[in-house]
Amino acid sequence: MKALKIAKSPDDAIKELLSSLFENQKIKGVFSLFYDQDYFYGLVTDKELFNKLTPTAPVMPANGGKMLSRLTMIEPPAVPIAVVLKPCELRAFYELSKLEQANLENLIFISFVCAGVLSLKEIKNNIEEKVANANQKQGLRECCQLCENFVPENADLILPLIDGDNKTTIFIKTERGEELLQGIENNLVEEDFDSAKLSSIKEERSRYREKTWQNLKTENLGIPGLIDIFGRCINCHACGRACPICYCNLCYFDSADNDSGPRVYEAELERRGALRAPSGTIFYHIGRMIHVSLSCVGCGMCSDVCPVSIPVGTIFTRVAEETQRLFNYVPGRNLEEKIPISTFEIKEFEELGEA
Amino acid sequence: MEEQEFLPRIIGFLCNWCSYAGADLAGVSRLQMPPTLIPIRVMCSSRVDPLFILTALLRGADAVLVAGCHPGDCHYQYGNYYTRRRIALIKKVFDQLGLETDRLRLAWISASEGGRFRDVVTTFTQHIKEKGPNPIKKEIFL
Repeated sequence: MKALKIAKSPDDAIKELLSSLFENQKIKGVFSLFYDQDYFYGLVTDKELFNKLTPTAPVMPANGGKMLSRLTMIEPPAVPIAVVLKPCELRAFYELSKLEQANLENLIFISFVCAGVLSLKEIKNNIEEKVANANQKQGLRECCQLCENFVPENADLILPLIDGDNKTTIFIKTERGEELLQGIENNLVEEDFDSAKLSSIKEERSRYREKTWQNLKTENLGIPGLIDIFGRCINCHACGRACPICYCNLCYFDSADNDSGPRVYEAELERRGALRAPSGTIFYHIGRMIHVSLSCVGCGMCSDVCPVSIPVGTIFTRVAEETQRLFNYVPGRNLEEKIPISTFEIKEFEELGEA
Repeated sequence: MEEQEFLPRIIGFLCNWCSYAGADLAGVSRLQMPPTLIPIRVMCSSRVDPLFILTALLRGADAVLVAGCHPGDCHYQYGNYYTRRRIALIKKVFDQLGLETDRLRLAWISASEGGRFRDVVTTFTQHIKEKGPNPIKKEIFL
């Protein structure tokens, strides 16, 4: 694979590359994580602001894939835009494009091997200091620690981020990436994407994942277990808001259809003699699991935004692992693969229906 | 006083073109079956939103039956294939959360299969009778 070497830190290397692409009119803007008083996603077309880029900072204020889908949903940008996203965000963006919520046209994708991000609650105070001191172990979100898909698959340019200080290699994964760099960067080297260095990280993550599943044992939950976990849910629906896959502008669970009138309450009271308020929280979570689990990319935003610290993302990731395995589907892997419930095969699940 | 026998309440989503007609035929033919199924007619089995099934079970139905045309016979050509995938998905989610998957059943019943309709209702009722009432009903603060 062709690669570009820059003797700078990853963020500075990306800035340098993007600046030269911008000066050569290859791109007209950048969508990435920025820092200005706070971390946020932004689209910038003014080169002066490129110094505020912090694409690889271990922070995820929102799922960047979802943010980008909102910008490209109605129409793709008319000019080429470089996009720097974490692997899970990129996968989410691909899923959203399958769901017709995003356009991939005119976007150049840059991604990197992700070491995980800090929990939003963790970085509320002394954000700069904590980001500067972030290492692989402390303060990382659970969903990041058990993520096995931290190597981006579908980006045009990929940064492994394992070169050590002030050395950055940018791999050119696609023809589009090669075209982009043509005439701008001439000292490309031929290098293999060294995945051996990444295998130890993967093993560690897999171990953590296995351990978490052992502790969680969702298959033993049943309704009492679900009440145990989701009972403190305040029904704010923030998890759905933050979820890249939950894209409906008017969610069923927020709609009037889901409002129960006195008749429903009376029937419930007649049946059980009691009613939990807020009602329907278990319904919401199982319902959302059925809706999104096939496309769940395990980004962990739902856990991160939960005001009552329910490990939503961990449970969703667990369920998603199984449902995705059922259809041998990996969200965001390949644009050609349809989302399983939007397609079917004539011969499958034949034991169902013969009851 | 003798304790009353448990009679399950099964919510049945029947497709308009096959299964509902099959149920009708069973009725016209005066086939005997337990009075446990509460039919809801839908235009196609693929109209059944997973949330319908979830609502029924969480609000205390003992079981849910989704019935549609045999594969290949769908009035809308492919609706029942989507249903089948969806039921497989719901069962997987239930399974992974420790919920009982056998309280949800999918059955293909054509308009001419009055006897099959009776058989499905009878065996499903028997199965649920053996399992007992939906435990969700006992959960007071749900």
